[in-house]
Amino acid sequence: MATVISVDNISKQYRLGQVGTGTVSHDLNRWWHSIRGKSDPYLKIGERNDRGKKGGSNYTWALKDISFEVKQGEVLGIIGRNGAGKSTLLKILSRTTAPTTGSVKIKGRVASLLEVGTGFHPDLTGSENIYLNGAILGMKRQEIRAKFDEIVDFAGIERYIDTPVKRYSSGMYVRLAFAVAAHLDSEILIVDEVLAVGDAEFQKKCLGRMREVSHGGGRTVLFVSHNMGVVSQLCDNSLILSNGELALSGNTSEIIDRYFKQNQSSSKYYLNENPIPAADLCFIELKAINTRGEVIENFKFNEHIFISVKILVRKYHPSAKLSVTLQNTAGDYLSTIVENISDHYRNAETFILKIKLPSGLIAPNSYFFRFALFIPNGKVFELIEMVCPVKVYDDGTGMAIFEGMNYGSFMMGHELV
Amino acid sequence: MPKILEEVQGDWDMLIEPPKGSFQFNLSEVWRYKYLLVMFVKRDLVSVYKQTILGPVWFLIQPVLTTITYLIIFGSIAKISTDGLPPVLFYLSGITVWNYFSETLTATSNTFIVNASIFGKVYFPRLVLPLSKVISGMIKFLIQFLLFMTILAFYLLRGTSIHIDLVGILVITPFVLMIMAGLGLGLGLILSSLTTKYRDLVFLIGFGVQLGMYATPIIYPLSSITSKYKPLIMANPLSFLIEAFRHVYLGNGLLSVKGLSYSFLFMIVIMVLGIIIFNRVEKTFMDTV
Repeated sequence: MATVISVDNISKQYRLGQVGTGTVSHDLNRWWHSIRGKSDPYLKIGERNDRGKKGGSNYTWALKDISFEVKQGEVLGIIGRNGAGKSTLLKILSRTTAPTTGSVKIKGRVASLLEVGTGFHPDLTGSENIYLNGAILGMKRQEIRAKFDEIVDFAGIERYIDTPVKRYSSGMYVRLAFAVAAHLDSEILIVDEVLAVGDAEFQKKCLGRMREVSHGGGRTVLFVSHNMGVVSQLCDNSLILSNGELALSGNTSEIIDRYFKQNQSSSKYYLNENPIPAADLCFIELKAINTRGEVIENFKFNEHIFISVKILVRKYHPSAKLSVTLQNTAGDYLSTIVENISDHYRNAETFILKIKLPSGLIAPNSYFFRFALFIPNGKVFELIEMVCPVKVYDDGTGMAIFEGMNYGSFMMGHELV
Repeated sequence: MPKILEEVQGDWDMLIEPPKGSFQFNLSEVWRYKYLLVMFVKRDLVSVYKQTILGPVWFLIQPVLTTITYLIIFGSIAKISTDGLPPVLFYLSGITVWNYFSETLTATSNTFIVNASIFGKVYFPRLVLPLSKVISGMIKFLIQFLLFMTILAFYLLRGTSIHIDLVGILVITPFVLMIMAGLGLGLGLILSSLTTKYRDLVFLIGFGVQLGMYATPIIYPLSSITSKYKPLIMANPLSFLIEAFRHVYLGNGLLSVKGLSYSFLFMIVIMVLGIIIFNRVEKTFMDTV
């Protein structure tokens, strides 16, 4: 297959803080350097983009020296945490902003679906917006007319097609937006987390459509998400961006595993040294321990995993609850426990809750936990995902010969009758 | 703006690079997006009167109300001369032409700020948007122009003596319209490019347009100005356009070839400047807007 996108060493620099005071002087300084034939004085001082740490300079590299190639018909996933540079990369590819250095070569027409409802005008009706949106995405009038029925049908909003889109529910809005872009005959389609909205049925439809256009139609899809589960379902190959740099690339399931392995040691257990100042309730320490109270990562299949949760109480809410969710490496939720805080709280500033999980149930594999402090149907005080990595290893179950294969997350007790 | 790379790299359709200072202006790309231009014009015209009872009639009511206001304030109260012309026609002619310029200018000057959300998501030649404003403004102008013609015809039928220069009309009307469009677009492009980074200008544009109207012979004839302000008003390229328009339609006003050539050159300079600045900004404005 031919290469359709070739990204060569692109970097993107951003200025931090308010663009306001001082920009005129920076502009003048830059101009003064350029007329003397010198390079931009502000290009040198940017540092690694780690949003958690405060840097010394006002400039940062949102992307640094990214190079990769995409083949025709490939569905490439781009994974990364918030602020890793995913959207910046897509913005450069979809030409909404230019790179600071480096270049990108593209073969074919690019259509991007970054967020939702691009260019929808709230006062125009659904059908008027289909034509407008199609035109914005670069479709010709005949193309839109030819696909109009298909688009309406795909979005499933036939009844509302002559209603202004401002009256639409947000779900209908997204459906329509995705439907227009998905029917665009571009060779390359860029999709950024649109699937977060819309109901399960529609999400399934979108995933199906994306698979269809790439495999059947030979179109190339770039799919950006932090939902590793969806990415691994949809994309054969992926890139992982971390702090603006290309951390890993290759086969999706392999790199997701490797990515977590790399990041595990640093977050063996969660310790919050600077609790959120405003929260009434927050986590101080979260860890997975064994019977003897040691923080470990590897548990036997027939061993109990204990979860220890230390909570800081600034203001007591009698209805507050704690939830603990088991997650797989893709971040999918496997099972959740909910406990009332009031049952355990004894008027101290902090308290520890210890939860014993069953042994002989969680199948050998790698897992994470998600913790939340919340009031049902109300406030969420704190929510932490993908912490406390544990690895359940096979200590001689009947499934040991299948080790390394993904045969699920739970061992069902069963008997032959 | 990405170059079409046939000559550079054979196989590739598009090259994305850091912005360079060079003058790259790709009109053929704008032409490929002509359907989008049509859609934007349609959107501008249709969305204005959505959820109104009178709908497009508002395009006519606006100049009528302004004319009435001027009749009362400048005509009856301030008693400013209209050079012997019927005041209604005098004000309406000025307002019709001026409105086109000022609307084009204000609509194009906030191109980047208003459309930041679209520009941030998809690529299309940015120039399409300001161009669509010029065209939708022109359609509004034509509607208001028809109103002016109707009222002019009414006066003529009633027997008011108005000297109309038919040949002049055919020559001057498109010429005035073109220069007005060019000036509005050019200035709008410059301002829209500067406001992406320096929002201070936003506050000045509204004020500047208002001031510009008083520096142009809209509510007074050029002939009535004798004071030290005359050079200032003669330096305003719009003055000659309004005066020429009044000369051919109403038979009173300054028709100066030298003045009109000056306006034309002024427009060319502003347009070129506007396009250069706009080109520089459009690639990276998302980072500063």
